[in-house]
Amino acid sequence: MPPLLQVKNLKTYFHTEDSVVKAVDGISYSLEAGETMGLVGESGCGKTVSALSLMRLIPEPPGKIVDGEVLLEGEDLLKLGKDRMRRRRGRDIAMVFQEPMTSLNPVLSVGRQLTEALEMHLGLSRGAAYTRAGELLEEVGIPDPGRRLDDYPHRMSGGMRQRVMVAMALSCEPKVLLADEPTTAVDVTIQAQLLDLINRLSKERGTAVVIITHNLGVVARYADTVNVMYAGRIVEGSSAHNVYGTPRHPYTLGLLASVPRLDETIREQLVPIEGAPPDLAHREPGCSFRPRCSFAVDACALKDPTLAPKNPGHFAACLVDITSRAPEPVA
Amino acid sequence: MTTLNPNLLIDVRDLQMHFPVTKGVIFQSRVGDIKAVDGVSFQIMRGETLGLVGESGSGKTTLGRCILQLLKPTGGEVRFRGQDLMQLSGKQMRPLRRELQVIFQDPYGSLNPRMTVGSIVEEPLIIHKQGSKEERKRRVAELFEVVGLNPGMMDRYPNEFSGGQRQRIGIARALAVNPTFIVCDEPVSALDVSIQAQVINLLSSLQERFDLTYLFIAHDLSVVRHISDRVAVMYLGKIVEITGRDELYQDPKHPYTRALLSAVPIPDPVVEASRERIILTGDVPSPIDPPKGCSFHPRCPFAMDVCREMTPALKATSEGHSVACHLY
Repeated sequence: MPPLLQVKNLKTYFHTEDSVVKAVDGISYSLEAGETMGLVGESGCGKTVSALSLMRLIPEPPGKIVDGEVLLEGEDLLKLGKDRMRRRRGRDIAMVFQEPMTSLNPVLSVGRQLTEALEMHLGLSRGAAYTRAGELLEEVGIPDPGRRLDDYPHRMSGGMRQRVMVAMALSCEPKVLLADEPTTAVDVTIQAQLLDLINRLSKERGTAVVIITHNLGVVARYADTVNVMYAGRIVEGSSAHNVYGTPRHPYTLGLLASVPRLDETIREQLVPIEGAPPDLAHREPGCSFRPRCSFAVDACALKDPTLAPKNPGHFAACLVDITSRAPEPVA
Repeated sequence: MTTLNPNLLIDVRDLQMHFPVTKGVIFQSRVGDIKAVDGVSFQIMRGETLGLVGESGSGKTTLGRCILQLLKPTGGEVRFRGQDLMQLSGKQMRPLRRELQVIFQDPYGSLNPRMTVGSIVEEPLIIHKQGSKEERKRRVAELFEVVGLNPGMMDRYPNEFSGGQRQRIGIARALAVNPTFIVCDEPVSALDVSIQAQVINLLSSLQERFDLTYLFIAHDLSVVRHISDRVAVMYLGKIVEITGRDELYQDPKHPYTRALLSAVPIPDPVVEASRERIILTGDVPSPIDPPKGCSFHPRCPFAMDVCREMTPALKATSEGHSVACHLY
């Protein structure tokens, strides 16, 4: 049996007047039903663009999916016509967008925004959809859901709006849920509520979940597998246990060392990753992490490493075996 | 009067900041108050970092602004080296503003896009009439080096800089007039993880080098723990717990503090799998109409009858550890 979702060599480029920004530059991963994958990386590394590509929501122009396949139950979403894609988007593959403040329509009531998808995808009548919408709000923990349906988004707090977003994404019981930074706009206590909810529903219904985040802690708590992205590519991927236990890419190692942890003894200094991510419009030859890397060797400037197995089931795009060498200060 | 501890820098007593809620357009009537800060007292010693944590809407930022007199508090005292800032006129306050500086959360919104970064850092020197033109230029170049920026970039505009670099510019601006006390209002929450560590390290080394005192406001408890000497936890305008950093993380007393700590995920799947967690239900209530009694009781797993009736006072449970909870 092929996996539920298979992304193969996806490339999404943005064409500007004088350059091409390779926002997503050949990423591949697969996901089984009920599995939760963490897609980790910093701003600008292409996490969100890759998710929007799966949803076929990349504005074109300037963006374009130039290569790759997105196989959902064996069918390539990138080859579907506009109408057929519209019927699957939201129903089979749904997304929780990043900004709860701007992703809801301010002139439609929350109830209407929820019933829209239910009527279109599930063919429910207005009345049935309305009842179901109330149940959905209750499921995501909004108090007094019946009354809340007639409210407009501005009457809700950030946490409540984010819960409405989750309710919308889950309304048609999608097979794949893409959650893009579902918790950056909310406080830690709300974050815990929302992610527990997504996690529970994923286990109950067998939904495959992609959590897109820069927060390494969130991924450690909920994800089964982890893919780390840097400069438009996946640089490391394996089970959460492997990636956190024995990171094989210097970037992953750097990320883990740069965050203070609640359970460690306090360090004098944090170990930051020096420098800043590269400009995706002007990629230098060689490994894109090399200028910030404390393990870099001469060969890194010449050869751009591809994802290769380091251990069974553990892939990293690095020429160096970082477990057997000591880091050196970046020049 | 108690004798003045020479190390006591900031002494906040029963500080209140109530914003009026009005109704009507022409004939406005006051229908209530938002008690953004409601009777807060604490002290900060010289050279110390006090961390201030709480969720959005808990009053952290308002409290920081009240201390700096950027907002006029509606009650209480803010003593800086024993002098109550609230009694001072604007003119008397001006020389003190040099000593009280702030670093803002949003490195995009807090720098004027039409000024070069050099003139942004120079501006406080002009306002406080320090040095000649040449001296100021030299000072700006020196400040750029102190915060790890190339002085050659002085003539550029903020849009040419990344978030982390902009935050360094904001730090240079705060340092320009040799302050003693800096309110750091979520200085790293808008930055990427790898950049956060750079800025946190910079803030710690500057503190040592220039003998600075910080009020470090943040919602990220792991960051606060890393940088603070003591930590205060705020909920709906009140401090519910304040103690030394190690004590707070090893022996949190207030149910809200415990819930906050258990909600912070640890980047290690093995540790995560074995952790015991308290998950709070619901949102922070509206500060216009806070619950009666302890304002945390509707979300508190340990709420008792007394919690619904009486507001608990902040009282010491041991040396240097105070909690506002009826359980103690």
